Order: sequence, then C-alpha cells, then structure tokens
Amino acid sequence: MTPPPGSLLSASELRKTYGPTTALDGAEFSIHPGEVVAVMGPSGSGKSTLLHCLAGIVPPDSGSIMYNGREMAGMSDAQRSALRRSEFGFVFQFGQLVPELTCVENVALPLRLNGTGRKEAERTALTWMEQLEVDDLKGKRPGEVSGGQGQRVAVARSLVTNPRVLFADEPTGALDSLNGERVMQLLTDAARSTNAAVVLVTHEARVAAYSDREIVVRDGRSRDMERVV
Amino acid sequence: MSIGHTLLGLLESGPRHGYDLKRAFDEKFGHDRPLHYGQVYSTMSRLLKNGLVEVDGIEAGDGPERKRYAITEAGITDVQRWLATPEKPEPYLQSTLYTKVVLALLTHRNASEILDTQRSEHLRMMRILTDRKRKGDLADQLICDHALFHLEADLRWLELTAARLDKLAEAVTTR
Amino acid sequence: MSARPSPAATLPEARRAAPRIPQWSRDLGMGAKFAVTGGREAWVRVLLTAVGVGLGVALLLLTTAIPSALASRHDRERGRNDMTYRSVVEKKSDRTLLIGTADTTFHDLDVRGRVLQPEGARAPLPPGVKKFPAVGDMVVSPALDRLLKSSDGKLLRERLPYRVAGTIADSGLIDPHELAFYAGTKDLKATTHTTGRIERIDAFGSSGQSEPMDPVLLLLVLIVFVVLLMPVAVFIAAAVRFGGERRDRRLAALRLVGADGRMTRRIAAGEALAGAVVGLVLGAGFFLIGRQIAGMISVFRISVFPSDLNPAPALVALVAVAVPAAAVAVTLFALRSVVIEPLGVVRTARPSRRRLWWRLLLPLGGLAMLYPMIGQGRSNGNFNEYLVVGGVMLLLVGITALLPWVVEAAVNRLGSGGVAWQLAIRRLQLSSGTAARMVNGIAVAVAGAIALQMLFAGVDGDYTKAGKNDLSRAQMSIQVPDGVAMSEVVRQLSTTKGVTHTSALGSGQIGDGRNEPERQASVTVGDCTALREAAKLPSCHDGDVFAVEDAKWDQDTANLDKTGNKLYIDPSYGTSEKGKEIPWTVPKGIKIADSREDPTGYERGGFLFTPGALPEKAASTVYGTVYLQLDESVPDVREFVRNSAAKIDPLADPDNWAATTQSKRFTSIRTGLFVGATCVLILIGASLLVSQLEQLRERKKLLSSLVAFGTRRRTLSLSVLWQTAIPIALGLLLASVVGLTLGAVLLKMTATSVSVDWASVLTMTGIGAGVVVLVTALSLPPLLRLMRPDGLRTE
Repeated sequence: MTPPPGSLLSASELRKTYGPTTALDGAEFSIHPGEVVAVMGPSGSGKSTLLHCLAGIVPPDSGSIMYNGREMAGMSDAQRSALRRSEFGFVFQFGQLVPELTCVENVALPLRLNGTGRKEAERTALTWMEQLEVDDLKGKRPGEVSGGQGQRVAVARSLVTNPRVLFADEPTGALDSLNGERVMQLLTDAARSTNAAVVLVTHEARVAAYSDREIVVRDGRSRDMERVV
Repeated sequence: MSIGHTLLGLLESGPRHGYDLKRAFDEKFGHDRPLHYGQVYSTMSRLLKNGLVEVDGIEAGDGPERKRYAITEAGITDVQRWLATPEKPEPYLQSTLYTKVVLALLTHRNASEILDTQRSEHLRMMRILTDRKRKGDLADQLICDHALFHLEADLRWLELTAARLDKLAEAVTTR
Repeated sequence: MSARPSPAATLPEARRAAPRIPQWSRDLGMGAKFAVTGGREAWVRVLLTAVGVGLGVALLLLTTAIPSALASRHDRERGRNDMTYRSVVEKKSDRTLLIGTADTTFHDLDVRGRVLQPEGARAPLPPGVKKFPAVGDMVVSPALDRLLKSSDGKLLRERLPYRVAGTIADSGLIDPHELAFYAGTKDLKATTHTTGRIERIDAFGSSGQSEPMDPVLLLLVLIVFVVLLMPVAVFIAAAVRFGGERRDRRLAALRLVGADGRMTRRIAAGEALAGAVVGLVLGAGFFLIGRQIAGMISVFRISVFPSDLNPAPALVALVAVAVPAAAVAVTLFALRSVVIEPLGVVRTARPSRRRLWWRLLLPLGGLAMLYPMIGQGRSNGNFNEYLVVGGVMLLLVGITALLPWVVEAAVNRLGSGGVAWQLAIRRLQLSSGTAARMVNGIAVAVAGAIALQMLFAGVDGDYTKAGKNDLSRAQMSIQVPDGVAMSEVVRQLSTTKGVTHTSALGSGQIGDGRNEPERQASVTVGDCTALREAAKLPSCHDGDVFAVEDAKWDQDTANLDKTGNKLYIDPSYGTSEKGKEIPWTVPKGIKIADSREDPTGYERGGFLFTPGALPEKAASTVYGTVYLQLDESVPDVREFVRNSAAKIDPLADPDNWAATTQSKRFTSIRTGLFVGATCVLILIGASLLVSQLEQLRERKKLLSSLVAFGTRRRTLSLSVLWQTAIPIALGLLLASVVGLTLGAVLLKMTATSVSVDWASVLTMTGIGAGVVVLVTALSLPPLLRLMRPDGLRTE
C-alpha cells in the first residue's frame, strides 16, 4: 500500500510477535505534519507495540514504515537511535525522568545527547519549561515534584529538540483528570505551535478527544476511523 | 431544567424587567439554546398567577410593554425548596444504541461496525466540546466537562459491548 | 497480632507435634525461609553472604590456630638442637656423638645438613631418626628426598655423595618443606678450632630457656591476618545488605498483612542468619582446605604441618557464635535508619553533611597507637600485640569512615562533562554513601596489601642483605677448611666451571709477646694480586712484607712495624687458647702500604705477607678465605662452586654474596599476596556486580525510556563505568595513602629503612582498577538486555 499523499509517517502491513503473542497483525497507520492522532483500543490490543514500531524503538517482523520518504525497516539500530534523538520526542506514562538529575537537566538531556553544550541546552530547556509552566521547578529533582508537574517536565523534555513527531504513550495514565487535562492541553498546544505530529496512545476517550482523529487497534489490527466514516 | 425556578432565582438579587431576565439567563445558562422572549413572558405570567412574583412597576414607552418583576416571600421559599430537593438520577435504562446492536445481531448485520461508527461520532462530539472548553471560560469548561463525562460513559459502554459482542450474539440468537 | 491464631495452629497435626514455638524463633525461621526460597537472586545473595562469612570464619580459625602451630614448630626446633655454645670439648664416652654442621644452599633453598659419627652404643639419636645412618649413608627429609629424585636436584645429588637409606620423620622436622639430611661418617674430629662446626654432644635439645619468637615475625603474622580479615569483615557487612531494597519491600508487604516493626526486624535478622549459618559450614570447609594448603605453601620461609593447625575448641566455639551474631548485628544496624511501613519504606532523613573530624579520629587514633613502637626494631623485645592489632585495625577501619566523606566531597566538586559523566556524577551525589560502602572493601584490601607488601619487602631485604660486600670484586667466598692447604683450595676452585678469578687471602694475628700481647695487629697472607685487593701496594714481589698503618680500627701497627722489632705470629691468649707463638722480626726496609677496603668491605691493618716472606711454620696459623669472581652467564655457577667446595670438605659452605637469588623468594611471597588480594577483590567485585545489577533492574523502565528517546548504548554503558570507576578511583587513592602510611609506620617500627615498592602499589591499584573494568564488563550484557524496549511494555 502506498502511503497517503503528504503523510509524514506511515506504516502498512505491520506484523510483530513477542514469542507466542501476536502484538501486531497487519496494522496500518499514517499521520500528517501537525496532526494529532489518537491510537485507541483495549488493553493488550497492540497499541503500545504500534507506537514502538512507528517510533523505531522496535523493528517490526514485517511490513513497511515510511518516515519522511525514508523506509525505516531497513535502518540500523544506530540510525534509528539517531532518528529518535533528532526527529522524535517521547512522553511515557511514568518512570521516565532520571531521578538524579534536576528537572532542567532532565529537559536538557535530549539536546545534550545530540551534542549541544550544557549551558545552551539548559537555556533552551528553560524556555520549554516556561511554556509548560514548570520553570519554577528547574532546580528540583523529579522526586520532589508532583506527578502532574513531573509529567509536564517530561512533555517539555519531549519537545525540547523540536521534534517532528511526538510519541505519547498514555501520557496522563498516572494523573488525575484535572492534571491529565492540563498536561494534554499543554502538550497539544505546544505540538501545534511547532507543527509537530503527535501519536497519542491512550485508552481514555477524554484524552483521545484532544486528537484530530483516532485509529482503533483491536487484536493487532488497526482501523482508521476517518476512512470508515 | 426548571426555567421558572431559574428565573425566580435570578430575581432574588433584585427586581428586573422581563428582557433583562432573558439576557441574564442566556448569559449564564443558555449557551446552547437562548430563551424565546415569549417563553419568559408566559413563565412570568404563571409565576405572577401563583403569587411567587409581583409586578414592581410598568414603564410605558414605544416598543413592547415593559413590566418590572420582583420576587415575593413565597417565591423565595419556593426557590429554597427547589434547590434543596436532589435531582433524580437518570437510570438510562432505555437505550436506542442497545436496541440497534441487538437488532443488528438478530439480523446478522455487522454490530461492531455500528459500535465503531458510534464511537467515532461520540469522539467527534467530544472533540468539539474539548475544543470549546479550551477556548472558553470556566463556565464553558464546567458545562463541557459535564457533557464530556457523559459521552465518555457512553464510550466506555461501547468499548465494553464491543468486547462482549460474541457473548451477546450467542445470548440473543439462542433465546 | 497475638490475638490472631497462627497458621500452624489451624493444622491439627502441627498442633500435636509442636506445642508452642516462641514467636521470635518463628520470625527468624520465616526470614531464613525467605532467604532460601526467594528464587535465584535470593540464592546468589545467600551464597555471597555465605562465602564472605565462610572466608571470615576460615581466616579466624586459622588465626586462632597459628600460635599453637608456631609453638609446636618451635618445640621441634628446640628438640633437635645440637649447638652447645661451649668452648670446651666434651669428653668422649659411649654416650657421645660427634656431629658436624654440613648446611648448604641449593639455589635459594637452605638445606640443613648434619654428619653424624656416634662414638658408642648409647649415642643420642636425633629426633625423627630411627637408627644412625651407616658411613656413606644418609637419612633425608621427604622434601629433600623429592628434590634429590627430581631432575632439578642433579647438582645437589653430586654434592651429597651419600646413599639415601631412609627418611626423617615429621618429629625431626620443623615444617613439611624443610630440606634436611643426617649423613653417617667416620672422619670427624672434635677440636676447639672447629667449635660450632663439629661438636661432641650427649643429647639433642637445647637445655636453655626457649628463645622468644622473633617479634618482627610475630608482627608480620598479626598484620597478615588483620589485613586479610578486615576486607572480609567489610565484605560481610556489604554482603548482608545485598538485595536490601527488595527485602525492604518484602518486609513492607509483611507489615501490610499485620507484622509489627519488631517482627520485620526479626525476619530480616533471620534472613541474614541463614546466610551466616551456611557461611559457617563453608568456613569449616575452607578451613580444612586451607589447613592442607598451609602444609603445601610456605610463607616467609615458614610453613606448618596441617596437623599442627588446631585451633583451641573454646576459640572455635567463640567464632561459631560471634560470626553469625555479627552478621545479624550488621543487618539490624543497617535497618536502624529505615522505617518499614506497611505501604513502603521510609528512610529517615540523612544527616545534612558528613563531618570530617570524627572520621579523621579513627586513622589518627590508629597512628597514635602505633607511634610509641616506632624505632623499636627486633632488639627491644616484643611489640605490644594489642596496640599493633588495634592500631592497624583503626587505620584500616578509618578508611571505611573516611571514604564516604571523600567520595561526597569529591563528587560534589566534580564539574560538568558529557552526558554519561553527568548521569554518573548526579547519581553519585545523590547516593554517595552507597557508592562508598561498595568500594570500602576494595579500599581496605588494597591498603592492607600495600602496607603488607612494603613490610615484606623491607623486612625481607633486611633478612637478606649481606653487609657491604663489593659485588664487582667477588661474588662468592669460601673459608679454607682446617687441614687443607690454601693453594689446594685455590687450585680446585679455579678449575671449576664458571669461576673466572680467585684471590686467596689468609688471616692471622701477630703480637709483641708470646702470650696475651700488649699490642697486636692482623696478618694477611696472599700473593701480590690478592694483597692488592686488601691494600694499595707501591710495588710488589714475592718475599715482600708490607705494613698498613692507616686502617680505621688499627692503632698498634704504627708502633709494631719498627725495623728489628721482635713479634710473634699466632700468640697465645691464656692457657685455653694456645697459639704457635712463631717469632718474626720486622725486616729492614719494610714497605708501608695504604689501606683499601677488601672485597668484604673491611679495612685491614697490620702486616701483609707475600707467601715467600711468611715463616714456613706460620702457614698453618692463618685462616684462609678464597674470594671468587664468577661468570654469571654460566647457569648454576654457584652450584658448581658449592659442589667443588663439598668435594674439598663436606662441611665447607661457601658464602654467596649476591642477593639476586634472594629476591626470588620475595617474588613468591609477593605472588602469594597478589593471589590472596586478588581473590578478596574478586569476591568484593562479585558483590559490586550484584548490587550493580540490582540497581539496574530497578531502573529498567527508566533505561528503556532513555533508549526510546535515542540515548546511545555507549552513553549509558559509560555512565555505568563512571559510576563504578569514580568511587573506586577515590577509594584506591585513599587506600594508597593509608597503605603507604601504614607501611612506612610498620617499617619504622621494625627499624627498617622505609622504601616504597611502587611496583606493588601500582599492581595492587591496577588489580583494583581491573575489578572495576570487570564488573562493568559483566554488567553490560544485562544492561543491554534491560535497555531493550521490552521494558516499556506495560504489563
């Protein structure tokens, strides 16, 4: 299947098994720049695996993933890592901030991995923290901030490299609804301001409502609701 | 929602003209459906008849007659009683969606298709509400959240039903 | 809690069998059960604790056994003593024995040799010998027997021209490695001249009081065990903390179902106890193995019979109780700052900052305890054992107190660097205490090993240094035996393979009277070449006599060498030492020569005779020494010389001047120490690895998410390396400082000159660094596995 015209990241016929478990069984996906797509589905349906494949974290067993006109299936681990460092951003449910680093150091980390100097990286990090309204936490360690604040720090970190695709895997899963909404609002606002595409894995409808459209994964197969309707 | 009680409550802060009443109502509660002036007029007549409001004065002018209403003691008591009485929770036992799903199963149509389409529709509505919430003030947010939570509840039901579709099919076809 | 029926009580048969087990023992039992049923990881933890405890137990048992072993060794040594230290020759009877000392050296091995000549039926038998060897036969120690039979022993076989007729039993040997023989002969004659070489005795064994143990040797033994025990103790302390966080979580879960704080502590104690008890069993095994090994190896020229290594039962019981108790105590001590709540573990707030002053008190206290003994040497009696042990222990324990401060102070000052560096530094800043605790063992082991090595090197050098012999002029010397002409010795030796030059000098006395002369000087006899070794001669022909007036210790020559003075060569001293009293007149035109240090570094004064100038009868009154220059490129050249000497006289024992062969022995000690230290370090490395892996596993999610946003594997691997390397580098630095200080103090205590053996410092720190690399390398595969994105999957 050829990717839909103008799509930034697309995948077709993705298959992935973990031992006896089939996580993906011919999933399809595509996203345009600046688009927010929710990936929904019940637990164990393969949502997260789809995200991991799309982000180049795990290679699929078969199928094709095109990013910006390049086939990702053929890339080496190092190439995919470089892609993740420079083009992608990530927010996970929890456990992603390095507990020993201060918040601003955590946010600056992806820049530093790309070779930016410490001072400059932390300056850039601080502007993103301001945008996510957590700049007053810069000197604190993740253990000293609340869950919602920590998640906003994580969002700031995911955006600090100006990624073209932001992958968010249950970003509000560990938060109450008020904090969750705030994080989603800041996340989508920030992504829109940089025209980043957002792949949002969630099982919560109210979180999915922040997306432009949703796809549903069930038993390893995806349904793009846009095309169905 | 009881419009009579709402208008009565708005009068508690002081006498108003009928037109003022409509404006205040629309501003605070009538986001989706503004009141017709006729509705205000008929409601006020009923309240007047029941002794819950009284006419405070009439201004003559060109345009329609402009009565000023004020709340009576009985009216205040009535508002108090209304606020203190809890609303009856809605059981939602009659569901069109359920009917549709069962019918689809009985006639061997694709029930999951129905559910997915419905989910998509629900999400579309939720997106609109979320968007309004983002742009609106606190009142907007609270109102939209109310709706969003209801829609979310529907979506959960859709999700659950989709997961149990096979069992449901078995149950409705063997009976 | 007590109101609830215990699970056991619900089982009827259990109720019948066990009336009422006290709560505390049930808690301990439960803990022990957790320790062995917790899966592979729990087993690794128990095993490491057990190995640590086991090593500690074995070392303690060996330590307690050492005094008795040394005592019985000493007893046997006294029991076979044949030195009478009498100047009068005993009367011959049917109960006497002539015994000649025929000690020799083979490569760097000392051989105790005696030739026996019983003078009657009731002559005393040496210990361990059943009957006197016949003339031409010998009985040998098992070690010598093995050596003679081996191909290595060929040259020694040539030197000992006796037939092996039996072996010496253990009771006649001081250690299993001793090389000894008793040979039968009929050529011995007892004379006063040969006192010390040939004696007439009627019994073996020294009658005098026992000589106390060499204090320096005792010091070495004490230090060895303290140095080995300390890291093991530190290791045990670390080992019982393995898996602490997981255990804390388990205890928290127990709290949730109703265990109270005291119960959880007892359960934790039970877990530690399980490891300690397994450790006791291992320790007993290690001890038995070590006992056998002790018989096979020799440390500092000393080894012991395994059967001598018997610790006192009371001490064994003490060890068996004290070690598990210590393990439990450490566990409870570690738990004191931890409050285990039903919903998790709360660590009470750490003290804001580590203070330096009390940490410095420990090592300074140690130095203060050692200070009074500085300069004492071996001549001033025993060292105070308590002060020595206490001082060394305080110094080494001081490391464990100082290191957390050093690590904290250092990592707080370490600046920025790459991402890997930053990750490591930040982690260390947050938990510098844990990092320091992991490294403590290595630091203590290295410090101890460095100090010990310095002590060994210094003391060993002390034992081997042979004065100020000039090795460029001669490498060996041999005393000309009684009754053999000096020229014959020279002839035999100069034809020996590898001998490039010989110079023979005879020494005697000359005085101005026949008996007990008022003024006296020494007489040196040799050809011109030989005499030039002892003085600066203006010119020399055979028949010349020279007087040396300017020698350091000589005041009389200047008066004696007046022309015409009548002097006597070999004067008598009283009636007991009768000389030949050969008259000699100072000739006209006696030449004056300037003194020069002879090959032994001694300035001879007196009269130098060329052979032609010496009165004929005087030739037998001088004791000859032949100095040999050797061609060092000839292998076994010294053995050839010794063999030639033995042919001239079985009792001859040439002196070897070169210390080169001695360093070999030191090398073997060093190797042994390295092996021991390496084993301790590997053990500590294993514990480092366990805690490292535990830590990594806890960070599985974090690692996966770091990988997700593109962190290079290299970055994370490097950060793990830094995280281990920084504290270890600091630990090794501190260990080197403390080790060198301790070594210097110990050397000063033994009155030995202080010199730093940099090679060993570097090697020890190198081994420490190697452990870091190894630990990092071994934790990489699990790290890479943990970095796989599977960690991101939410279960």
